[in-house]
Amino acid sequence: MDVRRQVSMVFHLDKCIGCHTCSIACKNVWTDRKGTEYMWWNNVETKPGTGFPTLWEDQEKYRGGWELDGDDLRLKLQRKGGALANLFYNPRLPQLDDYYEPWTYRYQDLFDAPAGDDQPTARPISLVTGEYMNIEAGPNWDDDLGGSPIYAANDPNLEGVSEEERRQLTELERLVFFYLPRICNHCVNPGCVAACPMGAIYKRGEDGVVLVSQDKCRGWRMCISGCPYKKVYYNWSTGKSEKCILCFPRLETGQAPACFHSCVGRIRYLGVLLYDADRIEATAKVQTNRLIEAQREMILDPFDPYVIEQAKRNGIADEWIDAAQRSPVYKFVKSWNLALPLHPEFRTLPMLFYIPPLLPVMASMKKATYDIDEREFFGSIESARVPLRFLANLFSAGDIEPVSLVLRRLIAVRAYKRAGTVGDITQAQAGSMLDAVGLTEEEAVAIFRLTSLPTYDERFVIPPYQREAAMEELFGDPLAQKGETGFGPRARPRRGA
Amino acid sequence: MSEIFWLVAFPYLAVGLAVAVGIYRFVTARFTYSSLSSQFLESATLFWGSVPWHYAIILILAAHVVGWLFPQLWIDMLSGNRTYAIELTGVALSLLTIFGLGALLARRLLSARVRAVSMPMDVVLLVLLLAQVVLGAATAILYRFGGLWYPTTAGAWLWSLVTFSPNVQAVSALPLLVKLHIVGGFVLVALFPFTRLVHLVSAPIGYLWRPYQVVIWYRRGTRP
Repeated sequence: MDVRRQVSMVFHLDKCIGCHTCSIACKNVWTDRKGTEYMWWNNVETKPGTGFPTLWEDQEKYRGGWELDGDDLRLKLQRKGGALANLFYNPRLPQLDDYYEPWTYRYQDLFDAPAGDDQPTARPISLVTGEYMNIEAGPNWDDDLGGSPIYAANDPNLEGVSEEERRQLTELERLVFFYLPRICNHCVNPGCVAACPMGAIYKRGEDGVVLVSQDKCRGWRMCISGCPYKKVYYNWSTGKSEKCILCFPRLETGQAPACFHSCVGRIRYLGVLLYDADRIEATAKVQTNRLIEAQREMILDPFDPYVIEQAKRNGIADEWIDAAQRSPVYKFVKSWNLALPLHPEFRTLPMLFYIPPLLPVMASMKKATYDIDEREFFGSIESARVPLRFLANLFSAGDIEPVSLVLRRLIAVRAYKRAGTVGDITQAQAGSMLDAVGLTEEEAVAIFRLTSLPTYDERFVIPPYQREAAMEELFGDPLAQKGETGFGPRARPRRGA
Repeated sequence: MSEIFWLVAFPYLAVGLAVAVGIYRFVTARFTYSSLSSQFLESATLFWGSVPWHYAIILILAAHVVGWLFPQLWIDMLSGNRTYAIELTGVALSLLTIFGLGALLARRLLSARVRAVSMPMDVVLLVLLLAQVVLGAATAILYRFGGLWYPTTAGAWLWSLVTFSPNVQAVSALPLLVKLHIVGGFVLVALFPFTRLVHLVSAPIGYLWRPYQVVIWYRRGTRP
């Protein structure tokens, strides 16, 4: 057993209101530089929709992630030799227009325009070329189902959803959507790292954050194709890849990442998971319908004395083990089985987990009201407005059972709380609902508390990083660097040819 | 006198410059040590430029190197009918490089997006490369069977430079066109550290035997 640690994440989709505050927080901190304007390390997509970049989930188009070739796990993109052969032209590279052309406006024209019969206007200009342009796309162009006949209708996750269900998705009074906030998944078996010919992308041993070394990166662009989530971006100005760094400078000083910290709906949880690095390859190779289960098995129980012993042998400090025991992510992912990885079939073993949304049940067509049925107060999930098949395509590689269990558990917790506060469901009914999904009353209370009333410190359990010790090892006397600012490149990222 | 400069002093100067400035740039500005790819901004024309250019020039350079380093092997290889086949392949490849560079130059100048990430040096380099491959193609077409005379003339001269006993006689009888091609080659060597040509030495061969995943610890001492 080789115990490693991972700072990992849970997003609770029932709580996401799609306000994009996370995206803005990230943009203001990290990607407001030249060449990064189009990047959204954090973005929020409307589902159903085609996402950002357009159709990123379509791996026949982009060839991201891994595939099983018999017993062999290999990159869907290319073999290693193929990577060298494609250095000069990457046939699977998304283009700027697959994202959008970033723009600004000529605001000064509003002041400088000569007097005339018309109102002066600020025409849009491209942030790439500086020339006038027509705005044809943006990072959330299909927000709230805008243009859904084009965007939502082409969502790759609608595969296997019946024609009838598809039709109902866009029917007035039935139409439904939810938000999918996305950041880098900081995968355990990342496709971007594997695809990089230079070895410039790496996973930090200390916390599992996946980073791109800007000095090592030579801009061969394979990571962008290799990542099935399209969360590595190409800085067209510096010729380097850039990606979400999980705000590691904030983590190292005990703060939650900017997108987590600013989240209005408080949907985000962050905590440590311990996992067995010896099992990575075997886990990534299991049959598709066993992926979620195998990934959960790879994540270790931080209360198990043997795990603790092995963790200490690997130099994991007591504070980290304590943080792993208090981790909200561990509870959602492993204790309660409520959080699922996004597209596990990409086989990168993503370490960002989602609690699928419990969308509203259908209104009664006859009475035009929501049916309140004593037997199934919240309706059955089969009659939920979003087809289970659609959620299963997103979160469980098409297998309906794991998604269905999560939703039934969420309903049971709600019923249990309703029995306590409103009383129109009896305790006995609520109890039997909990039994049916294998939850105890204590667990229901804990789920309720961590969902609805968590404090900042319960949502984000960040262990001390002990950077001073790491620095000592790297540079000797830590005081020698006193008064200097940071590490890494100390020159401006200017390109001379 | 000028022959001594261009065929003795200049090659040494060019190689010295390439090595010294190349190392200096690698140490002080590793961030810039690549070809600034513009495929993200313009892909369609790049395919017709970059692919033929790179594959053709790699083969042509390989032929130059083999003919120089292993002259006997090269001449044996060229014997008989194979001379025609190899000559013809060489000419075809040189035409491919011209086609590829033409496409690269066109997109460099005509695409607004590519212009946004272009340095004056990028255009200078493309023009010089184009001139060099045109000179090379002209040599191949006008002075037939270069494969046969190259090892004993330019090849021998290169060897004499390597062994620090310059022998200008080996090439002084060559036509002006060929001499221009020789000097042009060293002009490009001299420009190597000042242009995007530096990406030549970042060819990621190590990828072939590297494990897929890369994990880095800050504290080396803590790993078992």
